Amino acid sequence: MAKGMREIKRSIKSKQNMKQITKAMEMVAAAKLRKAQEAAVASRPYADKMKEVVSSIASGAGGSKHPMLQSRPIKRTAYLVITSDRGLAGGYNANILRKVLLTIKENHHSPDEYAVFVIGRKGRDFFKRRNIALVDEITGISDTPKFSDIKEIAAKAVQGYEAGTFDELYLAYNEFYNAITQVPKLKRLLPLDQMQAGGDKADYEYEPSAEEVLNVLLPKYAETLVFSAVLEGKASEFGARMTAMGSATKNATKMISQLTLTYNRARQAAITQEIAEIVGGANAQQ
Amino acid sequence: MSTFRLEIVTPERKVYEKDVNMVVVKGVAGELGILPHHIPLVTPLKVAPVKAKIDNKEEFIAVHGGFMEVRKDKVVILAEAAELGADIDVSRARLAKERAERRLAQKQADINHQRAEMALQRAISRLESVGDNKE
Repeated sequence: MAKGMREIKRSIKSKQNMKQITKAMEMVAAAKLRKAQEAAVASRPYADKMKEVVSSIASGAGGSKHPMLQSRPIKRTAYLVITSDRGLAGGYNANILRKVLLTIKENHHSPDEYAVFVIGRKGRDFFKRRNIALVDEITGISDTPKFSDIKEIAAKAVQGYEAGTFDELYLAYNEFYNAITQVPKLKRLLPLDQMQAGGDKADYEYEPSAEEVLNVLLPKYAETLVFSAVLEGKASEFGARMTAMGSATKNATKMISQLTLTYNRARQAAITQEIAEIVGGANAQQ
Repeated sequence: MSTFRLEIVTPERKVYEKDVNMVVVKGVAGELGILPHHIPLVTPLKVAPVKAKIDNKEEFIAVHGGFMEVRKDKVVILAEAAELGADIDVSRARLAKERAERRLAQKQADINHQRAEMALQRAISRLESVGDNKE
């Protein structure tokens, strides 16, 4: 029995170590989640303002004949997939990648019909393993992304659309509801939806002209949307990790208490047996 | 003197928010001075310092592109990056300027050329914002 006991003890010890790690990861993720949420909130004024101006121009006299506002026949679709660099975040990466893969399989018959941009190591490895060629990839983005970090890939995706390399651009990311709920989402970024005229419509003068202002603004607006999605993705990542690590910690606690129970039972059994042996030996001597 | 609110916003945060008497920017079509009660206007900006006048003082903010929206009582500048004159690392900007100039002198592929040009503009704009413009 003693041998079994030692094994149980070792197992308890290892679970305790594991619990410490998951507990620490949970707390780190919680702290980072708060920061990521703050960053997402801080980026909102910029995006809102941008949207306001763009929609007021687009709905105004500009006539909005800009190619980024008009849909054209779809021959090739591009996907920009936002994943994380690290795992241990529950279903965070798996959910979004599965969704993208399913969409691709459903809608496209040959690899010529789609292009994939990816942010994050997990996504990159996933597509590489499936022999899906990536147009561009970015890994190693910090936990508090800067606009300049993603500017390049966003600009490349938007330019690809402008140049006609593909005819629509989808953004795949995890939408952040709260710390325990993140929903994988596939959102069409380009062509931009026809925007509704805002409530307070200011009659702007455009310098040099409405068309030209739009030419500069629309790509920037699209890039801003990508950036917001990245920030939201980060918040989702930490939320997912926090939840995953929280339940891992809970499971570890449960296992430890069960193992402790078994251990104590085994210990008691061993003692009982020992006493029985001693009593038996004493009786035999009489 | 009447004032209006000037806001400079980047994707990461609000860089600047103050009541100013006048703001001078370099738009794609030329330099513009905005006084209070200007007609609503939207224009893209060049990479250049923005000058804000408060009473008799002047403040410079290095704004890297973006665009400006003028409203009746408010001016909003949206830029991908913007730095206050006081926050700029002069030695780094100077190094960046030299590096960009070197690259431009080498004349490699077109894309590199464009990037170096942008970097040079940003560096010059930064240096101008700190008032370090000797050469």
